Amino acid sequence: MVLFILLRLLPGDPANSLISVGADEAQIAAARRQVGSDLPLAQQFLQFITSLARFDLGTSFISRTPVLPEIMDRLAVTLPLTVLSFLLALVIAVPLGILSAVKADRWYGAAISVVSQLGIAIPVFWVGILLVTLFAVNLRLFPSGGFPPRGWGAPVEALRTLFLPILTIAIVMSASLLRYVRSATQDVLGSDYLRTARALGAGFSEALVRHGIRNGAVPVMSILGIELATALLGAVVVERVFNLPGLGSMLLLAIEQRDYPNIQGVLFISTLLVLLIGFLADLGQRLVDPRLRESRGARS
Amino acid sequence: MTASLKETGLGLRSLTISVAFAIVGATGAMAQDNADPSAVIRIGSLYEPQNLDNTAGAGQGINEAFNGNVYEGLFQLTDDGDVVEKLVSGFEMSEDGLTYTFTLQPDVTFHSGDPLTAADVKHSIERVTAETSQSSRKRSLANIESVEAKDDSTVVVTLKERSISLPYNLTYVWIVNDAAEDLTSGEDGTGPYKLDNWRRGSSITLSPYENYWGEKPKNGGVTFSYFKEATALNNALLTNAVDIITSVQSPDSLMQFQDNPSFVVTDGQSTTKEVLAYNDRVAPFDNVKVRKAVARAIDRKRLLNSIWGDHGTLIGSFVPPTDPWYVDLNDVDAYDPESAKALLAEAGYADGFTFTLDTPNYDPHPIVAQFLQNELAKVGIKVEINIITANEWYTKIYQAQDFQATLQEHVNHRDIVFYGNPNFYWGYNNPQVWN
Repeated sequence: MVLFILLRLLPGDPANSLISVGADEAQIAAARRQVGSDLPLAQQFLQFITSLARFDLGTSFISRTPVLPEIMDRLAVTLPLTVLSFLLALVIAVPLGILSAVKADRWYGAAISVVSQLGIAIPVFWVGILLVTLFAVNLRLFPSGGFPPRGWGAPVEALRTLFLPILTIAIVMSASLLRYVRSATQDVLGSDYLRTARALGAGFSEALVRHGIRNGAVPVMSILGIELATALLGAVVVERVFNLPGLGSMLLLAIEQRDYPNIQGVLFISTLLVLLIGFLADLGQRLVDPRLRESRGARS
Repeated sequence: MTASLKETGLGLRSLTISVAFAIVGATGAMAQDNADPSAVIRIGSLYEPQNLDNTAGAGQGINEAFNGNVYEGLFQLTDDGDVVEKLVSGFEMSEDGLTYTFTLQPDVTFHSGDPLTAADVKHSIERVTAETSQSSRKRSLANIESVEAKDDSTVVVTLKERSISLPYNLTYVWIVNDAAEDLTSGEDGTGPYKLDNWRRGSSITLSPYENYWGEKPKNGGVTFSYFKEATALNNALLTNAVDIITSVQSPDSLMQFQDNPSFVVTDGQSTTKEVLAYNDRVAPFDNVKVRKAVARAIDRKRLLNSIWGDHGTLIGSFVPPTDPWYVDLNDVDAYDPESAKALLAEAGYADGFTFTLDTPNYDPHPIVAQFLQNELAKVGIKVEINIITANEWYTKIYQAQDFQATLQEHVNHRDIVFYGNPNFYWGYNNPQVWN
């Protein structure tokens, strides 16, 4: 409802994307009829709500293709992009974060911390442009952008084009993840249970692996959910830099064209995805922390 | 009609860059007989079509990809601007000039396999003139009284008035199969290439049509890759991800190709004009002296140079030099700030005035607006730049005509026909011109 009204408050008319200089009154009227912007707002809203209730996301005003298949097509780019970036970020951030907390008194512990601080400050598009200049334009190792026309029908090519975008998101994401892992580890290091475990004869690394990681993972897990959701929606910048036909670029184009069915469809699906991610993060927390399961069980 | 027109036109754009075939075999395939016949030509472009139907508001990109490749017209406009027969093998005009009888080429088939018949031609022309059509050529074809299919290979077109432009106007009418159901996301044309795949937001792939009636393509197909940003497009060419890019957006980006022997830069003619349009209905631009004064206060040569370096042409009006009626009007209201001031004083604006310039938010308009702001300040005119999106432009300026002055690129050729219309957005009302 809010979304519907906000979108209509934007100046402009979806019909404008269909006409060109030289269009006469009849052509403009026909365009407005085609996109339904000649109907009263209440009627437009009714149409929107009833079709949403039927899980029918409608048909694009501009391309006249159904919204859902196009979203699926673009998710085939955006989902692997975000999930793989996320995994790569984890691979970078978790060991480095733990290392920098455990070895905070060594020079490399401090160095990791400083570099990650820098990483948080750099904008994503800038990292992207640097990587393109280095790996694509100068070294010619990876393509500078685009997605193969055959999509995942050409898996090797598709992965190659996704490599630099994935690296871009992973670098930026791992910088902030690393901070969380580091501080969670520091909390664990100062905790009573770790000291107790060591007092009972466990070695430092054994205590850390058996008790530390499990405890430290709980707060990190909820952050991970938020980070993944942010990455999904934030992919729009990276998609632009690397010219990827993903969900973000679909949203951006739809907003430019006032293509309401596409905007509403993308936002609807991304909301579902973000809810799903939140749910998975919750589930993950419960798996690693039995206390959460028990407290819920006790209440019901 | 020239002195009172409200235009500062400069013809810019249309530089085509292509990679030399010696470096990339694929590009050579177009010109060289000994090239690899299975090579796919990869073209990079900034203009992705919004859909695949040029009567449904697809935008300029569809013509770039489909004209002459997927769809053909009864006639074809050559690179030299000549109109030649394409799907017609001959035609006759009646003595009064009102009836044209076209004979279709034999053995032409659509990509779906159906043969080309006169009924398809009738359907195709009527699609463009239909009430719901968004074709920019709709008005040029309004002169058509009726289209009849006399027999399978003969089409009779009757006009309301004599016109020498019918064959020219028919070059823009795609001949489509009248049985085709979906032309917005699919196609059914007669051209040498058929559509393989359209990945929205990314690419269009064409492959040779094996039963093409004419000379078959000497390559394995074409891929159009679409880009949102000029930098990404240039990078794609630099890294050999595409063979040709269809335009460059600034002379700065030209340099990285110009000095490199692997690339060939082709300069071409363009019909894209950067236009400063006044709203002739509102003060102060309802006064012809003010319009002339602004025209004289702008050093167009320096403006062109600052945006396009050594490229582009000053055309002195809004008529592209490729149109038959083009006259070089650069000397009318040429750059002369002193006389601009004098004209302003005559018009009662000795101390200048302030106006709002509605400027679309994409290149080159914002830079042009800033240049105008500086230039006009010298004669006492203050320009307030109001940045708007392309979509708002159509609501505020094109339809509501609620503006003082605006910048816009006009891309059509032979577009003079709607410029004189008093209802056109800039409201130039001269009955002599309109008649």
